[in-house]
Amino acid sequence: MRDFQVVENEIHVPINSDQDIVAARQKGRSLAAALGFSSGDATLIATAISELARNIVTYAKTGEIQITVINGSARQGIQLVAHDEGPGIPDIPQALRDGFSTSGSLGLGLPGVMRLVDEFEIVSAESSGTTVTAKKWKP
Amino acid sequence: MEVPILKQGDFLIATIQAALTDADLLHLRTALVQQVVRCRSRGVIVDVTSLDVMDSFASRTLREVAQMIRLRGAETVIVGIQPEVAFAMVQLGLKLEDVATALDLEEGLAHLSQRSRSSA
Amino acid sequence: MTRIDTSPDSAQVQDEYIGTAENTRPASVLLRELVAHLRDNRTQLREEWARRITEAKLLTAMTKDEIFAEATSVYDNYVEALETGTFEALQAYARNLSERIIPRGVETHEVVGIVLLLRDVLARSLFAKYQTDFTKLNRILDAYEPAANRIANTVAVGFVQERERIIREQQEAIRELSTPVLQVRERLLILPIIGVIDPHRARQLTEQLLRGIRTNRAKVVVIDITGVAAMDATVANHLVQTVEASRLLGATVIVTGLSPEIAQTIVNIGVDLGKMNTVGDLQGGIEQAERLLGYKVVQFAEGS
Repeated sequence: MRDFQVVENEIHVPINSDQDIVAARQKGRSLAAALGFSSGDATLIATAISELARNIVTYAKTGEIQITVINGSARQGIQLVAHDEGPGIPDIPQALRDGFSTSGSLGLGLPGVMRLVDEFEIVSAESSGTTVTAKKWKP
Repeated sequence: MEVPILKQGDFLIATIQAALTDADLLHLRTALVQQVVRCRSRGVIVDVTSLDVMDSFASRTLREVAQMIRLRGAETVIVGIQPEVAFAMVQLGLKLEDVATALDLEEGLAHLSQRSRSSA
Repeated sequence: MTRIDTSPDSAQVQDEYIGTAENTRPASVLLRELVAHLRDNRTQLREEWARRITEAKLLTAMTKDEIFAEATSVYDNYVEALETGTFEALQAYARNLSERIIPRGVETHEVVGIVLLLRDVLARSLFAKYQTDFTKLNRILDAYEPAANRIANTVAVGFVQERERIIREQQEAIRELSTPVLQVRERLLILPIIGVIDPHRARQLTEQLLRGIRTNRAKVVVIDITGVAAMDATVANHLVQTVEASRLLGATVIVTGLSPEIAQTIVNIGVDLGKMNTVGDLQGGIEQAERLLGYKVVQFAEGS
């Protein structure tokens, strides 16, 4: 018998240091597990959070990650919003076209993150920073 | 968080616990290289069984560890990558190229023993 | 005027003032009165409802006692949702209930039917009680209807979601059963892939294989795709990723049965086939696997 508990709907994690990266992904994993995501999917979500948080620390120094429960027409999911007020990404198409490997030094690794999630959206400008929104649905 | 490094004969075994920050990883990298030199080890096993997420930084740092240790004449094997973590890694494009991998500690030691035997 | 708020997750029922300037009473006060009425008349309203359920030939898969027991829980949860204006507990209960009754063969129209019947039974009892005060009746209904509709919606949606979840789980189980990872020798796994692979199935195969490598401590895996007619770039990618992920677990992968078309697809996605271990057919692949495994044994014998 599954245990239907009432789950915290939204988690905010400020990202200022590498410790926050760990905190954010652990919270993401817990929420995913509580929602009934498979362990494999929870790992994908935690990994995506880790990469997004890492980008914030590396390029903007400070920002936040919001992890929210979302409801679709017949399924639930998790939404990740990574936001920073950093310098913005000058060439978004280029950043998304980085080829198949993200050996770290190849920039933001956004194409990799895209493969971890179901929906992905990015808005970035020099004046307003960067906001990445990613969603993963429970199949 | 300090990662324990054990000496087993010619080899060093570092067992990583789950929540490792970037700073912890860099510290481990330094510690391993220092120990390899001090103990004149022929091989290093990094056991990541408890690591629940391997991201680009962890992957890069482990590759750096392997490179630095190779410069000291020793071989590194990463063992214990969980199936789900491996899956996430390849999705992200992290392949740990140039680094030997094995299923677990036992396999890792077997791999290192073989290598030292053939190069002896 | 009825407002139907059907979104399952919005906030509590708003506290609204209904009525003319002289006769304003907040809806929450009316709701409290309504809830009190429903509690006071709990026994007979529940019985009335159970009776109408049987009359309408709903929940035929359950016995009368079972119906009454569930009716009691639903009734109490219903009234509580009306009272508190929050629906999370009701949602959780609805899914719990659904999980119990779906295996019994209860269908969606029955669940929707019984909830609507309850709504009607309660509405009628309100008519009966307030029939002498038409204005008050109207106000009470103004308070009752949006909440009642919300409840009906919550329960129905909860049931449907649970049903869909169960169907998906069953489909997943069927898919798993039909893609075996075989251990033929110690440390050697074979994964024969047959038929059409969509990205979802490809992912499932990969996960199963990786788990299998760990469980069986496999050092070599032979993936046979002789039975795969065609592969698009996405699935070809999955295959490549499977090979890479297997290596991370310390296993070598040999791909057999690669048709010229699939080989081309793999080259087209930018993978160097030369780096991939491929053999023409399954038999050849197994032989090579054994050599890979046996080779190590020979090494030891020579060294000792």
